[in-house]
Amino acid sequence: MGSTTLTPPKTKPPRGTRLGKPGRSGDGFGWGDGHGFSGGPGGGWSVPARAYRTGMWLALGAIVMLFAAFTSALVVRRGISNDWVPTALPRILYLNTVILAASSLTLELGRRALTADLATQFSRWLYATAGLGIAFVAGQLTAWHQLAARGVYLATNPSSSFFYLLTAAHGVHLLGGIAALAYLCWRVAGFNSSRRTAVDVTAIYWHFMTGLWVYILVLLTARF
Amino acid sequence: MEAHAVATHAHAAPTGFIRKYIFSLDHKVIGKQYYFLALFSVVVGILLSVLMRWHLVWPDARIPLLDKLSPTGAPGGIMTPEYYLSLLTMHGTLMVFFVLTTAPQSGFGNFLLPIQIGAEDMAFPRLNMLSFWVTFAGLVVLLSSFFVGDGPPLSGWTAYTPLSAVGSVAGPGEGTGQTLWVISIALFCVGSLLGALNFITTTLDLRTRGLTLMRLPLTCWAWFITAVLALLSFAVLFAAGVLLLLDRVGGTSFFVPAGLVVSDQRIAHSGGSPLLWQHLFWFFGHPEVYIAILPGMGITSHVLSTFSRKPIFGYRAMVYAMMAIGFLGFMVWGHHMFVSGMSPYVGFAFSVFTMAIGVPSAIKTFNWLGTLWGGKLRLNTAMLFAIGFVSLFVSGGLSGLFLAQPPVDTNLHATYFVVGHFHLVMGVAAIFGMFAGTFFWFPKMFGRMMNETLGKIHFWITFVGVYCIFMPMHFLGLEGNIRRYSRFTDVNFLVPLIPLHKFMTIAAFVTAGAQFIFLFNLFWSMFKGEKATENPWEATSLEWTVPSPPPFDNFAGRHPVVYRGPYEFSVPGAPKDYVMQDAPEPVAAH
Repeated sequence: MGSTTLTPPKTKPPRGTRLGKPGRSGDGFGWGDGHGFSGGPGGGWSVPARAYRTGMWLALGAIVMLFAAFTSALVVRRGISNDWVPTALPRILYLNTVILAASSLTLELGRRALTADLATQFSRWLYATAGLGIAFVAGQLTAWHQLAARGVYLATNPSSSFFYLLTAAHGVHLLGGIAALAYLCWRVAGFNSSRRTAVDVTAIYWHFMTGLWVYILVLLTARF
Repeated sequence: MEAHAVATHAHAAPTGFIRKYIFSLDHKVIGKQYYFLALFSVVVGILLSVLMRWHLVWPDARIPLLDKLSPTGAPGGIMTPEYYLSLLTMHGTLMVFFVLTTAPQSGFGNFLLPIQIGAEDMAFPRLNMLSFWVTFAGLVVLLSSFFVGDGPPLSGWTAYTPLSAVGSVAGPGEGTGQTLWVISIALFCVGSLLGALNFITTTLDLRTRGLTLMRLPLTCWAWFITAVLALLSFAVLFAAGVLLLLDRVGGTSFFVPAGLVVSDQRIAHSGGSPLLWQHLFWFFGHPEVYIAILPGMGITSHVLSTFSRKPIFGYRAMVYAMMAIGFLGFMVWGHHMFVSGMSPYVGFAFSVFTMAIGVPSAIKTFNWLGTLWGGKLRLNTAMLFAIGFVSLFVSGGLSGLFLAQPPVDTNLHATYFVVGHFHLVMGVAAIFGMFAGTFFWFPKMFGRMMNETLGKIHFWITFVGVYCIFMPMHFLGLEGNIRRYSRFTDVNFLVPLIPLHKFMTIAAFVTAGAQFIFLFNLFWSMFKGEKATENPWEATSLEWTVPSPPPFDNFAGRHPVVYRGPYEFSVPGAPKDYVMQDAPEPVAAH
């Protein structure tokens, strides 16, 4: 290549807007804008907060697919055979529903307290949420005991199979949420109004678990 | 938004052996771990296929050592029909899950995605480590079925119910072996879901400055779309696996119908639907074949462009075609079930969607050919395997158009035609993608070059060999040669086909033997190969801007900035015939 006059490449030059704008809230991360540049040289590598949100929403997407598969199995199983006898649900499930809804409320109150940097209140609401979550799980176990006392087990009927399956699958996921809440309680002093990603991501999960439980309850009780 | 940098990784290189090589958080180590896990699995899988081909043409031959592995399955070294099905199941399961799903995505993807997007690691390194070890546990559980109870299950990699749900009454291996199979697959699902979540997040949120979506190498696009498919489909397989496990051990009746009699025994379950399993399984199973092949498409695009010294033909069309394949892949699972007695109207819908996949597939094929057309071809081993990928993808894909039509499929479904189809298009095509990737990125992964002469000998034997094995299967299928049978030599109408079967078996022996050339080349080059330079292929993407092998944090504290797309080869006026992605304007400055 002896030529000294260079013609520009055919591709468009990068548009300025696509490059990270240094002034934008410390760093313009993700979306090809670069990420985690705020640390400066030697500041270590950082994952932008939005990655944790993205990851959580993706996890919820997978959980949606899991329960969509269970739902379609339930609809098919109920529809194709004549051995489906509806299982009368223990009443404590409705109390459990109220408890879980209350836990979502207390978590939101906690997040408001965190926004206002009210550390004591934040920690109280956080413990209340975890306590209500544990109460919900205890209530679900009570419901299992009541059903078992009536002689209704996993294999008694397809409807009871789905009852135990769906409550167990939801319960296992909720225990994950309780573990996250326990972690937040343990590290409660480390959060404030500007350092709170773990709190917000846990809240997304927890509210989703509440909504999922309401969906399961409707699925188990609805006659269609 | 509130806090930005929540977790500053203590990103110093670990020094202890265990944190460095076993429980490593480094995406490069994890990528290699996945690669070697798949390599081990493919060796076992090929060995099983050789044993099956051996048995098919010489059913009374005594196979050495086989009676040591299973005294009941192969008394005196002669395989029972049930043991043939056990090997078939293990071959399919190992190959589909632990090879085709593992190496192209989790292996190469893990090693290269962060480097190609200018990041220091995956978004969630701990999840990454967890997903590998969960997958590893799945492999151990699967292989353990060789050594416990009556051996591995008989039900194939699809584990069709009700026979997979009723326990040991359905045959040897259907007791403990089938339960272990379900647990293994459930573990694999968890590992894949964690991996998919990590891949998507990393691609969306960790790209470096200037690396817009439409400047991503096509490899990254392929890994991204594959991860989306995996996220949406493995959760469904997991659900199906839980239901199957409950039917097996919990006494439920999700998949077992009423009044079922197996081996003269009445099964106590009632009211379930065997077809429900098929729907759930194939809702996963069809996207799965694209999970296997899409990364190979990405690798092929990347390699073809590099060694044609031309930009990829129709970059955007390639991206949108992969998206279309991924999207349509979720609408076609019913074409695996044309013979299940489904409504012809439903079958018609599945058929139309299936044939529609031919459109984006053809777009990709013609774009590959367009990339090659008029290029300054560098026919090294990686390039040969990429061209081989295109060849196999076309050969195997065309028979897919036959099978997409319910009346044709009804005749061919249970025959070797289907076996030939999916082995070419999904099996060996994807494996050629892995070979292309291995030869292309070996310098980056291990800092040395592989031997080109050995590579080319290996390529030609393998390329001719796989055609000799799998093309005749189409003719066998048209002649009505049923698949899954362990013995044809006594079947009158199949006896004239035995010479063809013998030819395929010999081809399989030769092709399998040729893989030792590859294994030798791989391990010899790791220690004795010529030292690799930073950019031996004169390629443009970011992994070729860092040393071979890359330092622990990939860019040694540097944050690369990307100014252009990944395939700027033979740019008029540029000083060299390639322009790196991080070469700033003007071109002359590079």
